[in-house]
Amino acid sequence: MQRIGVFVCWCGSNIAGTVDVQAVSDALQNEPGVVFSTNYQYMCSQAGQDIIKNAIAEHKLTGIVVCSCSPRMHEATFRKTAAAAGLNPYMVEIANIREQCSWVHKDMPTGTEKAIILGKAAVAKVNLNAPLKPGESPVTKRALVIGGGIAGIQTALDIAEAGFPVDIVEKKPTIGGKMAQLDKTFPTLDCAACILTPKMVDVAQNENIRIFSYSEVEEVGGFVGNFDVKIRKKARFVNEDICTGCGICTEKCPQKKVPNEFNLGMDNRRAIYIPFAQAVPKVATIDADYCTMLKTGKCGVCSKVCTAGAIDYTQKDEIIEEKYGAIVAATGFNPISMDKFDEYAYNQSKDVITSLEFERLTNAAGPSAGKLVRPSDGKHPHTIVFVQCVGSRCAACAEKGKEYCSKICCMYTAKHAMLTRDKYPDTDVYVFYIDVRTPGKAFDEFYRRAVEEYGVHYIKGMVGKVSPEGDKLMVQASDLLANKQLHIEADLVVLAAAIEPDKSARPLATQLTASMDTNDFFTEAHPKLRPVESPTAGVFLSGTCQGPKDIPETVSQASAAAAKVIGLLAKDKLTGNPCVAASDELMCNVCSSCERVCPYGAITYVDKEFRMPDRTTRVRRVASVNEAVCQGCGACTVACPSGAMDLKGFATKQIIAEVDAICR
Amino acid sequence: MNNSTENLQKEIIRSSGVNPKKCMRCGKCSATCPAYDEMEYHPHQFVYMVENGDIQPLLESKSLFQCLTCFACIERCPRGVEPAKLVEAVRLAVIRKQGANHLKADDIPALLDEDMPQQAIVSALRKYSK
Repeated sequence: MQRIGVFVCWCGSNIAGTVDVQAVSDALQNEPGVVFSTNYQYMCSQAGQDIIKNAIAEHKLTGIVVCSCSPRMHEATFRKTAAAAGLNPYMVEIANIREQCSWVHKDMPTGTEKAIILGKAAVAKVNLNAPLKPGESPVTKRALVIGGGIAGIQTALDIAEAGFPVDIVEKKPTIGGKMAQLDKTFPTLDCAACILTPKMVDVAQNENIRIFSYSEVEEVGGFVGNFDVKIRKKARFVNEDICTGCGICTEKCPQKKVPNEFNLGMDNRRAIYIPFAQAVPKVATIDADYCTMLKTGKCGVCSKVCTAGAIDYTQKDEIIEEKYGAIVAATGFNPISMDKFDEYAYNQSKDVITSLEFERLTNAAGPSAGKLVRPSDGKHPHTIVFVQCVGSRCAACAEKGKEYCSKICCMYTAKHAMLTRDKYPDTDVYVFYIDVRTPGKAFDEFYRRAVEEYGVHYIKGMVGKVSPEGDKLMVQASDLLANKQLHIEADLVVLAAAIEPDKSARPLATQLTASMDTNDFFTEAHPKLRPVESPTAGVFLSGTCQGPKDIPETVSQASAAAAKVIGLLAKDKLTGNPCVAASDELMCNVCSSCERVCPYGAITYVDKEFRMPDRTTRVRRVASVNEAVCQGCGACTVACPSGAMDLKGFATKQIIAEVDAICR
Repeated sequence: MNNSTENLQKEIIRSSGVNPKKCMRCGKCSATCPAYDEMEYHPHQFVYMVENGDIQPLLESKSLFQCLTCFACIERCPRGVEPAKLVEAVRLAVIRKQGANHLKADDIPALLDEDMPQQAIVSALRKYSK
């Protein structure tokens, strides 16, 4: 028989406000096995923990029940307390009488009744608890960063700096991501390339970093500290080790009509290409969808002009298998498609562009060599209308756009407007806004400069429609403060399109068993206190894959994720969770149900010798659980038809005892 | 807000199925409205005034009958507020109110023309005689 102690926490008035804590500790005093029961204002405080420790010693307790907040909050705390007093930490049970009781009930009698019932269930369970000992697993001291934008770059550099090897997997032929496509960066207006490309070079030169460019994660197995990852290195038909990046092939390739994705399709590139001059790795890639040689077997110009002999038309996709201790998702964002926003005529006129296209249009390496011209006729625009919140802050019922604020548009639009007025003072610039949102260091000052020093016309209201008429764009909009409808004859319309997570994030989350929100942003383990960790152990989040953010925030978060990874990789061993499945070999009927449902591949079948009643020996196949791989989800215990599979710490008889206690 | 205005506000919100609180004041409805210049109160003002219970001026406004019911505001509202349905609800509130007709039965003969269907004339006389 157990000797159980019950400790009821008031949590100030959080619990005591709706639950009569004295009544709860009195009621539980009479439960089977309970030898001590008390209540205290803050059980998690030092004084509260001392009450528990003293009671364990004084009453020779073999198990304890703490009626307090959710086990997610303080289970670890109370397990440590018990361990410090010499009790096995898995002899501790938490009855959640805060989140699942006091916070959801309004009147004292109901709250108290439920708290007593929850307490009884926990007592019934502890009666059947057995001491458990966690196993240990080694840590592979190598990290994987998925995505080579500024977030992935910063995370990889910081991890490498701490002395651990890092691999970056980037699906494009070069690292750099969206930041490489930007012209200037707010609020200081330093050029994006000038601050990004040195970091890209640092990555390339760091001995601890390997870049798998033009590669994608194919499969993820294993668990924290011991991930097994398969990476598909797509065939680029160029030998990376030999190619010098001289670029002659990209000049001689006769296939000239390939939309250049780096310039968002506003100009063309060749079928063999280097995305931009500062690409890392600076290696050519053949676009198999457009290459005449790969499609018809006739051409071979690049191979003829390549003095290094790097072209290899027979190259195949390669699968790389590697072990990692930690994985960082840094998959980034894209602007949303403008297809559902017909009113802005994006698909009807070349002179209606998105803000990212505007970045390329003003960039010296862009399609117009940095001259701000209309994409349709190459003429200088004299009136430019910027529209904010295109697809951001849309209600779900509106069935287009995103519900969230994309966060960066107010600032980059102020930047675009300001730079335009600075370089082309003869241009009239209008910005239509719903709210100007500029929280951030030196951000509001920046926006005010656009208005006060650069004379940008900020108008509170939305654009209702854009209609191309001749070579003009007729913009019909609201000026809410003047209570007027405006009609502006514009030469260029720039849409601040909402941002969304990259499409590769959803399948990646499935591979990582990492959770996502309804918008496909990765969910953090705790929105405030664990913002760079995924709820899946060993998976960390960096940059816009977690939520919209600007460059300073992305870099901060990237470094934070790196710090978490370093903390993990610095350990030699990880303590596992002892609440894992175990099979009763005598009851196992070899049906394989458990093996099939196990999401972690923790169950295998082994041949084992059994001594039969007639003293013969028989070999039977039985289920065997790899405790280091099992995550304790319990799927196998439900699937097992013979009841051979059980979960330590959550045994079927323990659960039934809890249910019985609740129903009694 | 007195009781009758509050009831009218509730009735308009109920019959239109519109929740004016969803409005984020972006003005896209008024930006998109083709009848904007004809209207005394513009679509975004309709939403704001109903939300605040400022219904009386709307009941008396010609704007009610200037709305083309083209539904451009409904189509483009990013918050799914549906201003045109609100205009329609206020319009119905006016039409259904006895003795507050915008026409009198005596005005009808002057409006007649030969293309007008007989049925319309009869129903107009019935309606506006009340």
